[in-house]
Amino acid sequence: MTTSKPTKVILAKLGLDGHDRGIKVIAKALEKAGMDVVYMGMRVTPEQVVDRAQREDADVIGISLLSGAHKPLMTRLMKVVDEREMRGETLILLGGTVPDGDREALEEIGVDGVFPVGSSLRDIEAFIRERLADGAVD
Amino acid sequence: MTLYDQKAAQKAKEAELAWEHDELRRTLERAPESQERFLTVSGREIDRIYTPADAPNLDYASDIGFPGAYPFTRGVYPTMYRARQWTRRQIAGFGTAKSTNERYKYLLAHGQTGLSTDFDHPTLTGYDSLHPLAEGEVGRLGVAIDTARDMSDLFDGIPIDKVSISLTINHPAIVLLSFLLAHAEKVGVPWETLRGTVQNDSLKEFHGQKTFALPPRGAYHMTMDVVEFCTRNVPNWNTISISGYHTREAGSTAGQEVGFTLAQGMAYVEGGLQRGLSPDEFGPRLSYFFGVHMDFFEEVAKLRAARRLWARLMKERYGATDPRAMLCRFHSQTLGSTLIREGALNNLIRGTTQAMAAVLGGTQSLHVSGYDEAHDIPSEDAMRMSLNTQRIIGNETGVANTIDPLGGSFFIEKLTNEIEEEALAYIRTIEDMGGGEGVLAGMFAAIENGYIEREISQAAFDYQQRIEDDEYKVLGLNEHEEDSVPPPELYEHDDDEEERQIARLEAVIHERDSARTEAALEALRQAARGNENTMPFILDASRADATEGEIMGALRDVFGDHEDPGIF
Repeated sequence: MTTSKPTKVILAKLGLDGHDRGIKVIAKALEKAGMDVVYMGMRVTPEQVVDRAQREDADVIGISLLSGAHKPLMTRLMKVVDEREMRGETLILLGGTVPDGDREALEEIGVDGVFPVGSSLRDIEAFIRERLADGAVD
Repeated sequence: MTLYDQKAAQKAKEAELAWEHDELRRTLERAPESQERFLTVSGREIDRIYTPADAPNLDYASDIGFPGAYPFTRGVYPTMYRARQWTRRQIAGFGTAKSTNERYKYLLAHGQTGLSTDFDHPTLTGYDSLHPLAEGEVGRLGVAIDTARDMSDLFDGIPIDKVSISLTINHPAIVLLSFLLAHAEKVGVPWETLRGTVQNDSLKEFHGQKTFALPPRGAYHMTMDVVEFCTRNVPNWNTISISGYHTREAGSTAGQEVGFTLAQGMAYVEGGLQRGLSPDEFGPRLSYFFGVHMDFFEEVAKLRAARRLWARLMKERYGATDPRAMLCRFHSQTLGSTLIREGALNNLIRGTTQAMAAVLGGTQSLHVSGYDEAHDIPSEDAMRMSLNTQRIIGNETGVANTIDPLGGSFFIEKLTNEIEEEALAYIRTIEDMGGGEGVLAGMFAAIENGYIEREISQAAFDYQQRIEDDEYKVLGLNEHEEDSVPPPELYEHDDDEEERQIARLEAVIHERDSARTEAALEALRQAARGNENTMPFILDASRADATEGEIMGALRDVFGDHEDPGIF
């Protein structure tokens, strides 16, 4: 058995949105599943998230938005991700109130997984493990 | 006088034991129960049956009593809904003030009896629509209000001296209320005739809702400035709506909701006392706001427990003598977090059940969350259905005919006792953190050391875990919903509203007398530094068309900023 370093996950909320129940539950669940979780809190800027992910060599960035501002804010985040050439290096996930109709547009700008409210913790955890095992990100 | 004759209770206990030994045992041998344990939504274990033996010391006069009489377990008024049904108060707010004003007129035309305003995130957190952090959120989840002129647009053509108004805002509450008072001056409505509520519950912002704009102590100071100012100048205004709703939405249990929320209430009472006000003066204008979850009996008991405990605290601990100062009058809202995306129309059934619990719990006003809110902010149709839910419960079911119809139920009385005890235990824990200096000191400590947030977050996780483990079944989450259809027609957000609001704000900034605005803001800074009541200065700044962001900015200059600690 090889011992590898645990999956590093950076979680944050962008913008002014205060709905943080979901992301805190996910933080606890991923930590329980053995991942190394950093929750940066609310009102974080895209630059701060990407800085932290880069500094800590994170495998996953998880953003939670229930403010309806997911399109402009995720576009800004992906712009920073691209500027740092991190696309494909870090799995980018989004959770929250995301209408089904917006999913495609988000995937097009490079969001790897969208988990609307009501998603199961098991599914999120499995998604991370599968995508990391597939080598979708290095 | 204990509720049950001791001998009769003893007999009932003996009969219960015999029944357990006989009928029950035989049945269980044939067919065991479906679950090993039966839990409420809050994780409280529930017994098979409740009997007089579950409330051996319950005293009718001192624990239950009569509506409108201490300790108000059965209701705050002697005639309750027989005099007047609860206020149907659906919250609304989106886009610009003009758009929300249209929705208000629609609601008033469809049976709504009071108004309630939802503000967008920039307004809630004290930033102007022009601020970079506001991008994409202007008018998105609530209405955008930047200046007193927006407030005038919001209530244009609405008789604010007749319709009661609720402003759901916290750290900038003092600013938005000042905007409203400035609007009242403009339309010639005396402040004394205004009826309504400003949420103004600064402490809960650090564990529920999380739309803080100032650090705990500065925000608390603003809350108390509103209490002090309104007690003297706007006598019919409810100065704080002490809120458990957001704590519950954040994932707390029912017991935590009562415990943390009443602890907030106690902290405000202690602040009023520090300012030389008597609890009889400002106590009657403190009101509460609770969420109502799916567990029907637990919710009814929770509301009864909150009412009784608050009355006891106000009378016994803080020395209130006016019964009105002991009343836990409250607004309720069915919980948005219980709404499920899949099979949205099922949410009508959830809303009805929760609304029924709120009514049987004796609510003073009610908002039923829209069935489509797991998708977006509610459509007009969803709000119409929420109002219809309230009309049908109020007019067709007969539940409003008698007061506290569940009172005296062995189960309800036992649950009421349990929740009151649990809440009191949380209050004691918080008070202990203040090193013997009261609940106010304890609240600051419990916020600063993360205790409250951690407790809630653990409860939220436990609840989610029970859904993941299929222990608590929710249709559309872990119970498959066949052929679910999307809600009929969702609210459609108009992306141009942000631009419109920004243009409006720029126009106001351009037109105003900026020297006067600047002077008003500087006077406010001085007052905040000098420990004066800031509200007269914020009113002056409002009249001078200072923006919300500028006024909150002046307060941030004095009290500092707050950063989310990221506790989970």
